[in-house]
Amino acid sequence: MSHKLTDGGQVMHVGTLSRVEGEGAMHIEYRDGVVTDVQLRIYEPPRFYEAFLRGRSFTEPPDITARICGICPVAYQMSSCWAIEDACRIEVTEEIRLMRRLLYCGEWIESHALHIFLLHAPDFLGYDGAIEMAADHPQVVERGLRMKKAGNDLMDTVGGRSVHPVNVRVGGFYRMPTRLELRALRSRLERARDEAIETVRLVAGFDFPDMEQPYEYLSLRAEQGYPIESGSVVTSSGGAFAVRDFTKHIQEFHVAHSNALHARLDGSPDPYVVGPLARYSLNSDRLSPVARDAAREAGLGPMCRNPFRSIIVRAVELVEAYTEALRIIDAWTDSASPSVPVPPRAGEGFGASEAPRGTLFHRYVLDDAGIIRDAQIVPPTSQNQPSVEADLRTMVEAWSDLDDHALLHRCEQAIRNYDPCISCATHFLDLTVDRT
Amino acid sequence: MTTTHSHGAEHRDTHHGRPTLAVWKFASCDGCQLTLLNCEDELIPLAREVEIAYFPEATRAVVEGPYDVSLVEGSVTTPEEIERIQHVRAVSRRLITIGACATAGGIQALRNFGDVAEFRSIVYAHPEYLSTLSRSTPISAHVTVDFELRGCPINKHQLLEVLAASIQGRKPRVPTHSVCVECKRRGNVCVTVAHGTPCLGPVTQAGCGALCPSFDRGCYGCYGPQDTPNTVSIATRLSELGMSEPEVLRIFRTFNAASEPFRRESERHEPDPQQASRGEEVPG
Repeated sequence: MSHKLTDGGQVMHVGTLSRVEGEGAMHIEYRDGVVTDVQLRIYEPPRFYEAFLRGRSFTEPPDITARICGICPVAYQMSSCWAIEDACRIEVTEEIRLMRRLLYCGEWIESHALHIFLLHAPDFLGYDGAIEMAADHPQVVERGLRMKKAGNDLMDTVGGRSVHPVNVRVGGFYRMPTRLELRALRSRLERARDEAIETVRLVAGFDFPDMEQPYEYLSLRAEQGYPIESGSVVTSSGGAFAVRDFTKHIQEFHVAHSNALHARLDGSPDPYVVGPLARYSLNSDRLSPVARDAAREAGLGPMCRNPFRSIIVRAVELVEAYTEALRIIDAWTDSASPSVPVPPRAGEGFGASEAPRGTLFHRYVLDDAGIIRDAQIVPPTSQNQPSVEADLRTMVEAWSDLDDHALLHRCEQAIRNYDPCISCATHFLDLTVDRT
Repeated sequence: MTTTHSHGAEHRDTHHGRPTLAVWKFASCDGCQLTLLNCEDELIPLAREVEIAYFPEATRAVVEGPYDVSLVEGSVTTPEEIERIQHVRAVSRRLITIGACATAGGIQALRNFGDVAEFRSIVYAHPEYLSTLSRSTPISAHVTVDFELRGCPINKHQLLEVLAASIQGRKPRVPTHSVCVECKRRGNVCVTVAHGTPCLGPVTQAGCGALCPSFDRGCYGCYGPQDTPNTVSIATRLSELGMSEPEVLRIFRTFNAASEPFRRESERHEPDPQQASRGEEVPG
């Protein structure tokens, strides 16, 4: 919807954003080509996770926090496990880390394929949604669904199911999948990897608006490999800190128009970005050769600053996730214990992992019986809200010559560049909700 | 099946004669509506049989109601949602709730058991709406529901069965017996009998395929209570297996905490009997 104000200004408003996860709205006011107000309004009702985690047992967050998001439950399970194991001063085995990484590959595949084919590609190809797109491009949609299914199959095998997996526990897993079970996935993953390389070529051919944003990027970086299930924090301005220190660097604050907290890095008023663009730009040297070749062929440099091109980066990350999953499966032997014991211990613990949408932080304070006394969760979409709004401001000013319909559509597309997960972002702690 | 609908704002052909489907979201994680998109092999054929008329997570296009079938995800937690669910009911021939939030209030119904003093101060601050915000309630507390599909998350085969049954005008074949039956069918060794692992399988409704026991884990009740759950008996067994009273309370108080049998059982394990009955469902 778009309408003129009596004073000559204009308002652009979308009451229900479509093809995003959760409930949000967009509101932009501009006058004489200058944006006077821009808001990504998040009206998804708060569910108070951090409040009701207090008093729960330290064994429960992998199951409970998974329910923050049906699209990236593994991210919540992994970040919570790392944080609780950190509080209890326990380190898991290398095999457990690898199995976590394998499960996480399944989630990246499921989430990225969903976003590329069902949520984002329809914008570039001019359709309302993937089902409409399937009428003209059946092979594209069928390929996307097949690629997505390979991720869900991987999650079913390792986690039991793809939405809210049951096999994750603090300390590891309840049961390790067998080498035989894993190898049964091989042919599907190989085919999907080849289709992902095709997908990089497909989306690289889309028409991208020119836009370069100067944001600070933040992502994890691992000792080896592309950051997925773990790592420490790096930023594009050269910052580097341990996950333990994230509350010293990242502050959350509450704005009136959103039920999700915004976040700031080192007190800077400028937005910072997490997610595929940040991850790629800070770790493109860590991609496997096949993913690196796909990125190069698609014309991606070592850094990518155009938010619209995030769809290419997601496709490259799909190549990486299939390749990495195959690598872990091929090396798997049936010798590993499913978990290590984690006795409760009083203390504070921090954990982070790379959710499909970016870095997801968890912090827990436990008492000596393992009861949670405090919990803090900083999801990627909270961190990206200010940059989404800044993108909208830049775009409306740069493309004020577009007609209202085209501009509105492009703004919606700009929000989808971030694959915002509004269910994730809405979790704030304060139990008093003032709507006046 | 005849349908009546007017054309929505976005350009889109509507095919009269195809039943229309709408998907609505209330307070939830999106996981149950994602289950529809996770029907990778069935999604395109399904879209030929039904017209996906309203599904914001999947498409910008909107075909105006009324709709033949509405799937409702999520629980009611705000004054706006109380009004919106009335609208959804008014435009839906059949209203089907999907998942533990819509069917039992979900994990966010843990607020229903919140600290009384804390909630009282909130209620006095804004009595006009905080009485409802202080509780998460299932859809059935507000409007008539034609079918409730259980699970946190729902099972995609059950979802397809419920959709097919709705279109064909028959009763869905969704069993209400316990997870134990599914374990027997899968040939699982009982995790409680063989390993002494606490398990809610005997009191939990089937539908997941006995997933947790298949992964050497006890059931944690995410499909909610089965038809005739003997929660007192299973709670006694859980205590014998070494669970403390707070642990027994917590295992009944998760994703279906506000479902009647699980709520009652969890309150039997409250340290302070005065605190019992707080989680009772109060329709908005």
